[in-house]
Amino acid sequence: MSVAFDEKVHKTLADANLQLAIYRATGRLIDHRKHAVAATVLPDYQELRTQANAIKKHTIDHLDHYLEQFEANVTAHGGKVIYCEDATEVADFVLGLAKERGAQLIVKSKSMTTEEIDLNERLEHHKLESVETDLGEYILQLAHQRPYHIVAPALHLTRYDVGDLFARTLGVANETVVEKQTLIARAVLRQKFLAADIGISGANFLVADSGAVVLVENEGNARLTTSAPRIHIAVAGIEKLIPRAQDLAVFLKLLGRSATGQALTVYTSFLSGPRRAGEIDGPEEFYVVLLNNGRTRLLADRAKRESLYCIRCGACLNHCPVYRKIGGHSFPWVYSGPIGAIITPQFLGIEHEPSLPFASSLCGACAEVCPVKIDIPKVLLDLRAEAKQAEGRKGANRMERLAFKIWAWVMCHPRIYEMAAMVAASVAPAGNGKWLRSAPAVMNLPPVRAWLSQRDLPPAPAKSFRQLWRKR
Amino acid sequence: MANSELWIVRGGGTTLLQSLFMAQRVSIFVTCIVDQLFPNVGLAMADVLERLGYQVDFPEDQTCCGQPAFNTGYRREACQVARHFLKVFRDSEYVVVPSGSCTSMIAHHFHDLFPEDPEARRAAEALAQRVWEFSKFVLEVARVDDVGARLEDVVTYHDSCHALREFGIKNGPRRLLANVRGLELREMDAAEECCGFGGTFSVKFPEISGGMAGTKIDSIVRTGAKTVISVDSSCLMQIQGALARAALPVRTMHLAEVLASR
Repeated sequence: MSVAFDEKVHKTLADANLQLAIYRATGRLIDHRKHAVAATVLPDYQELRTQANAIKKHTIDHLDHYLEQFEANVTAHGGKVIYCEDATEVADFVLGLAKERGAQLIVKSKSMTTEEIDLNERLEHHKLESVETDLGEYILQLAHQRPYHIVAPALHLTRYDVGDLFARTLGVANETVVEKQTLIARAVLRQKFLAADIGISGANFLVADSGAVVLVENEGNARLTTSAPRIHIAVAGIEKLIPRAQDLAVFLKLLGRSATGQALTVYTSFLSGPRRAGEIDGPEEFYVVLLNNGRTRLLADRAKRESLYCIRCGACLNHCPVYRKIGGHSFPWVYSGPIGAIITPQFLGIEHEPSLPFASSLCGACAEVCPVKIDIPKVLLDLRAEAKQAEGRKGANRMERLAFKIWAWVMCHPRIYEMAAMVAASVAPAGNGKWLRSAPAVMNLPPVRAWLSQRDLPPAPAKSFRQLWRKR
Repeated sequence: MANSELWIVRGGGTTLLQSLFMAQRVSIFVTCIVDQLFPNVGLAMADVLERLGYQVDFPEDQTCCGQPAFNTGYRREACQVARHFLKVFRDSEYVVVPSGSCTSMIAHHFHDLFPEDPEARRAAEALAQRVWEFSKFVLEVARVDDVGARLEDVVTYHDSCHALREFGIKNGPRRLLANVRGLELREMDAAEECCGFGGTFSVKFPEISGGMAGTKIDSIVRTGAKTVISVDSSCLMQIQGALARAALPVRTMHLAEVLASR
C-alpha cells in the first residue's frame, strides 16, 4: 500500500480517542440495525434482501431501458435530464446554468455523488458559494475535510471538536451541548436557504416509471434544499435507478433500517419535476444530472457489476473490523469501508488503487449485513486476481510472484513438500514449546518480521502431523 | 439388490458388503498449518473420529488446499494446488477437515478455479458435497453431540469467520462444548468479530491485523476464561500469538482437542 495509507492507518490506530469514537459510533449503529431487522420486528427481512438483490440485478442488467424510461418521464413532467461523463461535465453544467440565471448562492443537501466529484471545490474555484446544509456535512465543510463515513460523515468528531470548530470559524461562543450547536448551525443555514438561487441534492433512488427522485433524510434540509430555491438540481449516479415506484416498498424498508436502524427516516421526499400550476411550492426549474464517472466500466463486467447494486446504507462500514480500526480517512477516496474497497479500484481503474482490495481479512461481515446482498468478499477476491494479473504484465512484485510459483510447485509434490517442511522445521526454534518473541537470523524474512511486529510466533513442533501419524 | 452389487467397489475403496460390517472410512485433510505447526489438532481429530466408530484414512499425498494463493490473487497457482487436492481425495467418500476456512475454500471456491475445464469443475462440485468441517461432520453425519469428553476448564468460543458465515456454524460447536463434562463456556461480547488473521492479510497489513487481534483478546479477557476454543487453527495462531505477546495467561485449543480430552 502507499506510504500515505500506511501513515494514516498508523496515526488512526495510535489515537486512542479516535479509536473509541469510531468504535462507539459504529457500535451504536450496529445495535440499532440489529434491533430494526430482528425477526420479531421484520420477519421477512431475508426475503426483502433477496428481492432487493433481484430488483437491482434486473435494473442493472437492463439499465439502458430504464434510463430512457426515466428520462422520458422526467421530461414529461417538465424537468430535464443531463448526462455527464465526469466531474468536469457536471461542474460545467452547474456553472453554466448559474451564470445564465445569475445565481450567486447554492445550498446543498448530503450527496456522496457530489463528494465523489469534488463539486463544492469546483464551484468555489469559480467563486460560486455552495453551502452544505446537512449538519454533519456542514461541519466537515467548515473543517475542510471529506466525509469519514457514507451515512455519518462527521462520525469521527466529538462535540468538543465541533464546539472548537464553530467558535473558530463562525465566531460564536464555544458551545459543547449538541442541541445548542444544532441551533447555531440552523441560524446560519436558514439564511442560506432563503437566499439561495439553486439547491443541489443527491438521490437515493430514481424511479423510472414515474420520473421521480426519491430522497431520504432526517434533518429536513434536503426537503428545503429541493423546494426553497427556484432551481433544483439532483446529481445521481446512473445506478440509482429502480424500475417502479412500488419497488420502494422493498428498498425503503431496508435502507433506513440498515443505515441507522430506523424503520423509516424522518423525511422521505418524492420529487418529480418543477412546480406545476396551482402548486404552492417547489422549484421553477428541475434538473437531474446523471453521472457516469467510471460506472459504465463496471457495467461492462458481468462478474463484478453487482457492485453497482449498492444503496449506500453504510452497514458494511459499521460492521467491518478493518474500517472500525482504520476509520474513513485512511481510505484513498470518498467511499470508505468494504464498499469503498470494491468500488474505488473499479471506478478509478485497478491500476489506480491496486492494494486496496488486499486490505481485508475477508471475514464476510459486510456481505452478511448488505441489504442488497452484494458478495463483497467475492468481488474483493476477483479484484485481487486482477491486481496480480496487472502486476504480472508490468513485471512488478517479482519476489512474491516467484515465491507463489515455487510454493504451488512444492504443494503439488508431496515428497518435496515434506522435505522442505523438514528443512524449515530444523531451522525453526522449538522454544521449549513456548511462543517466540523473535526469530533466528535465518528466518529473518519480511513476512516473518511483519508477523512478529504484532504477535509471537508459534514454536516448531518436534514432529509434523504426518511423521506422528506414521508412528501411530 | 442383486448379489453382485455387494462387491461393487464404492467410494473409499470399500465394497457395500464390507461397509455393512466394517467401520465406515473417512479421509482426513489435516490442513498444512495443522500438519506443520499444530499436529496435535490432527491427532485429536483422528481420535474423536475413531471413537465415533470411523476408520480414519490419512492420504499421505495431501498438502494444502491452495487458499493462500487464491486469497492473494494468484489464481493459476491456486488452481494447480486445487487440482492436486482433487487427485488426492478423488476416491474419498468423506473428507473431514479441522478448519472452516479450508473447508470453505474447497467447497465454495474450487469449482470457480476451472472455468475452462468442465471435468475438473465437475470433480470440484462433487467433492464439495463430500467435504465436511469437523464439528459439522460430528453433528450432522455421525449425529453425535456428546462424544464423552471431559475437561475441567473455563472456556470461551471464538466464531471463526468462514465457519460462521459460509457454513452457518454457530450453535453446533457450543452444543458439543455443552456436553463436555467439567467445562464452563462463557460467551465473549465480540465472539463473531474477526480475529484479524486473514491469511496473507496478517503480514501485508500487520498493524491493522494486530489491532483487530487486540479487540479480540480484550473481549476474551473480559470473560475471565482460561482457554479460547475455535474450529480453525489459523485463527487460534493469531489469537495465541497476540495473547502471548501481551503476556496474558490464556491458552488456545482447537475444538477437536477439547473433544479428545478425557
